Amino acid sequence: MTQSSAFVDFRDVALAYEGHADFAVEDISLSIRAGEFVAIVGPSGCGKSTFMKLATGLKPPTKGTVTVAGNRVTGPLKIVGMAFQAPTLLPWRTTLDNVLLPLEIVEPYRATFKRDRAQFADRARALLKTVGLDGYEDKLPYQLSGGMQQRASICRALVHQPQMLLLDEPFGALDAFTREELWCILRDLWAARRFTVILVTHDLREAVFLADTVYVMSRRPGRILARREIELPRPRDLEVTYSDAFSHIVHDLRERIGAIRREPADA
Amino acid sequence: MTTDRQRRLEQAAPWILSVALLVVWQAICTLFEVSDFIFPSPWTIAQALVEYAKPIAGHAWQTFWTTMIGFAIGVAVGLALGVAVGTSRFVYRGLYPLLVAFNAIPKVAFVPILVVWFGIGTVPAVLTAFLISFFPIVVNVATGLATLEPELEDVLRSLGARKSDILLKVGLPRSLPFFFASLKVSITLAFIGTVVSETVASNDGIGYLMMSAGSSMKMPLVFAGLFVIGVMAMAMYELFAVLERRMTGWAHRGAHASG
Repeated sequence: MTQSSAFVDFRDVALAYEGHADFAVEDISLSIRAGEFVAIVGPSGCGKSTFMKLATGLKPPTKGTVTVAGNRVTGPLKIVGMAFQAPTLLPWRTTLDNVLLPLEIVEPYRATFKRDRAQFADRARALLKTVGLDGYEDKLPYQLSGGMQQRASICRALVHQPQMLLLDEPFGALDAFTREELWCILRDLWAARRFTVILVTHDLREAVFLADTVYVMSRRPGRILARREIELPRPRDLEVTYSDAFSHIVHDLRERIGAIRREPADA
Repeated sequence: MTTDRQRRLEQAAPWILSVALLVVWQAICTLFEVSDFIFPSPWTIAQALVEYAKPIAGHAWQTFWTTMIGFAIGVAVGLALGVAVGTSRFVYRGLYPLLVAFNAIPKVAFVPILVVWFGIGTVPAVLTAFLISFFPIVVNVATGLATLEPELEDVLRSLGARKSDILLKVGLPRSLPFFFASLKVSITLAFIGTVVSETVASNDGIGYLMMSAGSSMKMPLVFAGLFVIGVMAMAMYELFAVLERRMTGWAHRGAHASG
């Protein structure tokens, strides 16, 4: 993989949080192509969320460099959409207004927000429709179920058409059926728009079903232990999760994480 | 429906209790023939209210607008300080201990100082109302801002939001319920401030009225004054409670569902 084709590039990145001597993550080197769907899996507390903060520029690396779209990351990026395990919708805003929030902040939409509000609202409504939330635009978050809130949160992450979507265990708090439903919604959104995705998760089936490439991280200090390309043909149907090839990949990844967990903890 | 009856009963509860209290009070005064100079009965207080309606109204109006001005200044200063304390660690560290110390001083102790500076009358009353009412607003607004979920902030920061964006779009709306809760506390405190100052240093207002009525042994009139203050404070409290429900319904969905 050549340097120029990489959309996101981590070079020997390490991060220590303020007041901590040891690194939360270290020796992270990886390249992500534009439009690639990457999943990062690992045991809990392995620095997956730290990785996200580095990729968005919310935290500057202590060592090494992070490059996104050819520019070295020094502050929060504006070409990124984020969604977290908690939907983090603003409870006083309706679904529609929550989804519109990024357009009130990110240029160039910000400048014309007041003038083009109707047009932006149409765009947001269309997006909400693709995730099955039409009819819920004027509801407040507490009137939505957890899965609906998470769908709205993903719409919010995508409304400003970011080049990269960062998902931090977005389906972790949902029941199994809702989760699989949202996998398919995310799969379709990605297939239609082809943004770059970094999905942090501890659900191996989720990672294998959705991603092109899965990275396995070690326990603290988090390192990339393994990289595995998922060669299951696309488009992938939920049926694929019951196939032998799928189970085989999941097993293989499970083994590697099992190996990490068996190592004695050093603290 | 029993739930419907229960709700109506709940709504009527304050009135039922008030009437019961008045009846017991009146009964005690009548039965034990308590002198009006010691502890007037509700009936004599009501008579005083009617007899002195005009002067009471005048003094009540004075107390009311004095309190409102002091309270308005308190809200403005309280909001500004609350935002400063809630958004800046530096200001929090520097200012907060001072504010706490200041709040511990009884505000009555300020009245003589204010009188020396501004003379007797409305100004010390306004300032006392202000001094006593701004602190809860500072604490609540600062708390609302300081307890902002970091994820909520991250959502905005990852969009490249400015500090002012985060404050306007997330911080302030989120602290509105805290703000309104503090308004309800502060408005009653402001009345206390005004009346305390009026009793010590004014020729106007309910505080002065009660003071002078007391010194001429018109106890029913003193109690009438108390009653008027109570009614005004309660009315203002209710006003802010209604405003709170309207503005921050999203935060009170449990208690007043679909209200």
